[in-house]
Amino acid sequence: MTPARQNGSMLQKLIVRVPYAWLVAFFLLPFLIVLKISLSQTAIAQPPYVPAFDLAAGWHGVVAFFNGLSLDNYLLLGSDPIYILSYVKSVEIAAFATLLLLLVGYPVAYAIARTPRHIQAVLVLLTVLPFWTSLLIRIYAWMNILQRDGPLNDLLMALGLVKEPPAWLATDTAIYIGIVYSYLPFMVLPLYATLEKLDESLLEAAADLGCPRWKTFWLVTLPLSSSGIIAGVLLCFIPIVGEFVIPDLLGGSQSPMIGQTIWLEFFGNKDWPAASAVAVVLVFLLVTPIVVYQNQAMRAVEWD
Amino acid sequence: MGRAIAGSKRDFAPWTDANSRPLLRIEALTKRFGATAVVDHLSLDIYEGEFFALLGPSGCGKTTLLRLIAGFERPNAGRILLDGVDLTSVPPYRRPVNLMFQSYALFPHLNVEANIGFGLKQEGLAKRDIERRVTDMLRLVKLEGYGARKPHELSGGQRQRVALARSLVKRPRVLLLDEPMVALDKKLRGETQFELMELQRKLGLTFVIVTHDQSEAMTVAHRIGVMDHGRLMQVAPPADVYERPNSRWVADFIGDVNLFEGRLGDDGLSIDGTAAGRLRVAANADAPPGAIVYVAVRPEKIRISREPLLPGLNNCVAGTVVDIGYFGGSSVYKLRIRDGSQIRAAIANVGARGDGVIAVDDQVWLTWPADAATVLTR
Repeated sequence: MTPARQNGSMLQKLIVRVPYAWLVAFFLLPFLIVLKISLSQTAIAQPPYVPAFDLAAGWHGVVAFFNGLSLDNYLLLGSDPIYILSYVKSVEIAAFATLLLLLVGYPVAYAIARTPRHIQAVLVLLTVLPFWTSLLIRIYAWMNILQRDGPLNDLLMALGLVKEPPAWLATDTAIYIGIVYSYLPFMVLPLYATLEKLDESLLEAAADLGCPRWKTFWLVTLPLSSSGIIAGVLLCFIPIVGEFVIPDLLGGSQSPMIGQTIWLEFFGNKDWPAASAVAVVLVFLLVTPIVVYQNQAMRAVEWD
Repeated sequence: MGRAIAGSKRDFAPWTDANSRPLLRIEALTKRFGATAVVDHLSLDIYEGEFFALLGPSGCGKTTLLRLIAGFERPNAGRILLDGVDLTSVPPYRRPVNLMFQSYALFPHLNVEANIGFGLKQEGLAKRDIERRVTDMLRLVKLEGYGARKPHELSGGQRQRVALARSLVKRPRVLLLDEPMVALDKKLRGETQFELMELQRKLGLTFVIVTHDQSEAMTVAHRIGVMDHGRLMQVAPPADVYERPNSRWVADFIGDVNLFEGRLGDDGLSIDGTAAGRLRVAANADAPPGAIVYVAVRPEKIRISREPLLPGLNNCVAGTVVDIGYFGGSSVYKLRIRDGSQIRAAIANVGARGDGVIAVDDQVWLTWPADAATVLTR
């Protein structure tokens, strides 16, 4: 092997390792820190937990450190229903919101993919246009729209659809409105990407073989867009489970989502170890759907 | 099978029989995309058991015509009748015709069996019947044992046969094939052409194939419809299209041709004032004496010799060899005649090379019999 080629392959190896290095630095290490904190106990100190890792004490210090770790916080999660209810509420909201997103996003993505190509780019741009404004500002705008004497109720009253202005804020409905609005691009874009690649002649082939349009949709379009559906569902479901801003600003205080619980533990109770334990369990809950997505992505690669 | 199907290509000619009724009748069909008529007032009859080829340059409207028959395009005017039933407003999924797509359009998420069985499933057939017919089809296209594979696990030729099986399994009244062999390499294409002919004969189905490859059309079809600008220029068996083209356009499009413009003589059998002088033909032209006509001579009908081969009914012209193209089985000679225009002659390379061959710049005589030429009036 010539030196030049060796250099080339070294460079290639290096490039392949960059994403791994990234993951180690920005996912694995922070996760290990959080994991460590979750095994600690609260203390009135800085940082607010013990044990702290103290190399100055030598071997004795390392032993003391490991003896100081415990699973107490995880036992706490199992014993106090507020955590379990919070997980259940998060998964429930995320699941139903993702379903709504799919029902709204699929027709949108399908319509974009079927418009003439030069218009498609504009429509995709319009889809992501809301990102140009901060999420926080957009959610505040929704607070305004949804308040009792806000534009939504004005409209409903003017149309005569309601007699009394209903309360939207501090309800789950408001959370769903906020989430579906905010996450729609994450559902539409992967769906559009697969639907846009869908070969028109496959639909014609199905028609030629005796399939009416609606049946073609079920037998051809839907299965062939499954990778887009799964990508969109995961892109929405995973962050929605941990969503904090939207339920905090639009939702009620009666049953918090898991993001709010973590926030409360960190900043309300100053209980970093408990908050970390909640976060670690959440990570493991969400790893499962990611593995499912990986498998599906591999299958999609095979077709191409 | 009860249908009257010709045993060989030669004795099948229902279009010559005034009593035979066409299976597929296309009446004054017009399809416009914007201002251009892609199919322009086109009429055509296709008969049961026929293998019909639509041949033409790209953009001539042949694929659009096929898609009109399949139902993917709606005509602006005209009708399509199958067995006397008007299909024009019937959606594609209810038409008893099937299309084999140029891209094959196999469903990537279904295996070979499910692809072939897809159409039968839509008919609501019992599972056992579907399985049996799919198995029969796999055997017919020589793909036994490939039923569980996905399309991406097959070679190009295998995919082509799955596509063929999928469109055949529904036993269409007419099978439409859109450039079915364009994606195959040349050798495989030749074999597949003969397999397709055998299949068509065995099943007794009516095939309409669209192709831009004239040798393919000549090989497989009973009749060829030569299309240009949305119109049929000529519809005839392959030999007739080649030997008796009805216009300069067809003569030039199919194969190679030398054309001489001149005036038809009083006897109707001689043409005066061409680039090669006075030429004689064997059949009366359909034009009055004195009319401008064109004599078409295929390169392979012309003989080249060092001495003039004496007349009788022969045309004999002096010329100089300008260029020689060697094609293995034959050579094409480019020759300049007296007035400076060029003629092409194709000579089969029978003997070994080098024995007194004619070379560039040689003075030679070009000879062709009167009955080798065709007179064209347009």
